[in-house]
Amino acid sequence: MRDLRVAYLTTRGPVKAVDGVSFGIRPGEVVGLAGESGSGKSTIAHAILRILHPPALITGGQALFEGRDILEMDDDELNRFRWSKISIVFQSAMNALNPVSKIRDQLSDVMLMHGLSKTEARQRAVELFDLVGIEPQRLDAYPHQLSGGMRQRAVIAIALALNPPLMIMDEPTTALDVVVQKDILQQIATLREKLGFSILFITHDLSLLVEISDKIAIMYAGQIVEQAPARELFDHPAHPYTLGLMNSFPSITGPKHKLAGIPGSPPDLIAPPSGCRFHPRCPKAMPHCSQIAPLPQAISPTHAVACHLFDQ
Amino acid sequence: MNPISPEPSSILEIRGMTKYFPVGVLNRTRQVHAVEDVSFTVRRGQVVALVGESGSGKTTTIRMIARLIPVTRGEILFKGQDILKAEPRQASLEYRHQVQLIFQDPFASLNAVHTIEHHLARPLIIHGKASGRQELHDRVCDLLETVELKPSPEIAARYPHQLSGGQRQRVSIARALAVDPELILADEPISMLDVSIRMGVLNLIGRLKEQRGISFVYITHDLASARYIGDQIMVMYAGHMVEGGDSETVMSEAAHPYTQLLLAAVPNPHAGLKTDAQLQARGEVPSLIDPPPGCPFAARCTRVMDVCRQVMPEPLTVRPGHWVRCHLYGKM
Repeated sequence: MRDLRVAYLTTRGPVKAVDGVSFGIRPGEVVGLAGESGSGKSTIAHAILRILHPPALITGGQALFEGRDILEMDDDELNRFRWSKISIVFQSAMNALNPVSKIRDQLSDVMLMHGLSKTEARQRAVELFDLVGIEPQRLDAYPHQLSGGMRQRAVIAIALALNPPLMIMDEPTTALDVVVQKDILQQIATLREKLGFSILFITHDLSLLVEISDKIAIMYAGQIVEQAPARELFDHPAHPYTLGLMNSFPSITGPKHKLAGIPGSPPDLIAPPSGCRFHPRCPKAMPHCSQIAPLPQAISPTHAVACHLFDQ
Repeated sequence: MNPISPEPSSILEIRGMTKYFPVGVLNRTRQVHAVEDVSFTVRRGQVVALVGESGSGKTTTIRMIARLIPVTRGEILFKGQDILKAEPRQASLEYRHQVQLIFQDPFASLNAVHTIEHHLARPLIIHGKASGRQELHDRVCDLLETVELKPSPEIAARYPHQLSGGQRQRVSIARALAVDPELILADEPISMLDVSIRMGVLNLIGRLKEQRGISFVYITHDLASARYIGDQIMVMYAGHMVEGGDSETVMSEAAHPYTQLLLAAVPNPHAGLKTDAQLQARGEVPSLIDPPPGCPFAARCTRVMDVCRQVMPEPLTVRPGHWVRCHLYGKM
C-alpha cells in the first residue's frame, strides 16, 4: 500500500477515513492492523479488494499486488483477481453466508466462477472442509444449522477455496466466544504454516494481535501512527496512543494495577484535529503537536513511529 | 417481613434460582434450561462479576434479579427479605429504586427522540426524588458531573445521537444513579465500547463502589475485566454456576476444568499462540433444551468420569472463600 487515501462523501463534507496509509506485506507474513472503530482499518481492507461502495471514494494512492496496481484494474481483471489472489473473511459469518443456500453451494459458487468444473469443485469442497476441521457431511447444511464457530470455519474454507496468496481477515473472531476464538486462531496459524499464505489481520484487540502477527501497524483516525514487529511493539511501544491502548487491556495474571485507558474519545474525521490527530487526548502533547502533523520516522531499522516526541 | 438471612453484610442473596423457558409450538412441553440452580451472595460495596460465554445464562440471571422476567424457582433475598414472597406479582417501586440495571448497548437503551435531560429527569420524577423545573435541572447536572460528563448543562440539552458510545454509556450509568440505588446490575457495560474508553467506564464503576458503597453485579465474558473490577468472580456455564470465590483466588487457582479452559483461551501476548496447546476441550456449549442429567461440561471435559454424566456435582468448598461444582474434588 502506498499513501492510500479513502474518503466518504457526506453532506457535511468528506470524511477522510483513510488518510495516507502505507505498509507492505511479504509472502507468508501475518500483518496485524489494530485500531478502534472508525480508525479506518476495515476501510483499508475494503479498498484493497475494491469493494467499497459510494459514498466511499478512493481519492489517492496505490495498492500494489505483485507489482500490479489493484486500483487501476478494470472490471474483468478485477473479477479474475479477487478471491484467486486475495480473499477476505468478514467479521460476522452470520451475515457473510447466504441463509437460504447450502454451504456446499456457496463453496462451489466461488470455484465455478473461477473456471473449475463441477466435479473438481465437489472434490475441493470436501478437501476444504477437511482442512478447516469440519466433517464433510456438514457440507449439505444450511448456515443456521451450524454453530457460530463452524460458520466462521466455513467462511474460512470459502476464502481458502482458490488458494490465494493473501487473505484479509477483518475481525474474524470478534463475534465468537473466547474458547472458540482461540480454537479458530490456532486453526488459522496451522493452515498458514501448511499453505504459506499471507494474512492481513484486522482487529481492535491488541493482545490477540501480538499473539498472532509478525508485524503490527497501529491506526488512529485514518493514519498509521506506529509500525513494528509484534514483539518489539509489545515490549517497546513508542507512540503515546499505543501506550494508551496497552493501558486499556487488563491482564489475567501478574499484579493488579489501575489502568487509565485513554481520556476523551476518537475524533470526528470530517474535521480532524490539526497537527497530530491524537494531540487532544495525548498526555505528552507539546505546543507544536497541534500545529504540525508528525511524519513517520524510523526509531530502529524495523520500527517506525509518527510522533514529535521522537524528533531529532 | 422477617429477616431470613443472618449474614449482616449481604445486600443480595440468590438461592437456587432457576429459569426455564418453554419452547415448541402447540403443546409447549420442551424446556430451555436457561438458568439452573444458581446461588450467590453480593455483599455491601462489593462487585460480583458473573463470567460466562454467550448463552451461559448471565443475562437471564440478572433480568430475574431486576424482576424483568418471572423466576421459575428459587429465592431472591434483598437485604434479608424474600422479595419473591413479599412482592410475588411484580416488584414494588421501592425495590426498583434500590436495584437498577445498566444495559449492554448504549445505542439501543436511550430514546433517540428525547434529550439527555429527559432521560435523567424521568426517574427523578417517577421516584419522587425531585420536583420543579429548577430542582430537576440541578439534579440532572449533578448526575452528569458524577459520571464526568462536562459541561453538564450543555450535555443535558443534547440528544443521544450527538454523544459518543462512551458518553452514552455514562448517561446510562447516570440514569441508574438518579434514584440512589444500593445495587446496580451491569450487563456487559463496556463490551460495545471502543477499547480506549473502556477503562474509563470501568474505573467509574470502581469509584462509585468506593465512594458511595454501591454494590454491583457485573456481567462479562471477559475474564480480564472481571478480575480488574470484581471482588468476587462467579463462572457460569450452560446455565449452571460452576465455580466462584474471591477474584484473585479463582483466577490464580482455578479449580473447574471449564474455568481453566477459559483462562487458557484468553489471548496472552506474553506466551504467544501455541499450535500444540493444551487447549484440547473442543466442541461448543451443549443445547439447553431438556439437557441430559449430570454436569453440563461433561461432553467437553478432558477429565470426565462416569459419575459426571449422571449427577450434577454439589458445590464444594476447596479453600475458604472458593467453591467449585466438580466431581474431581469430591473426595477431598
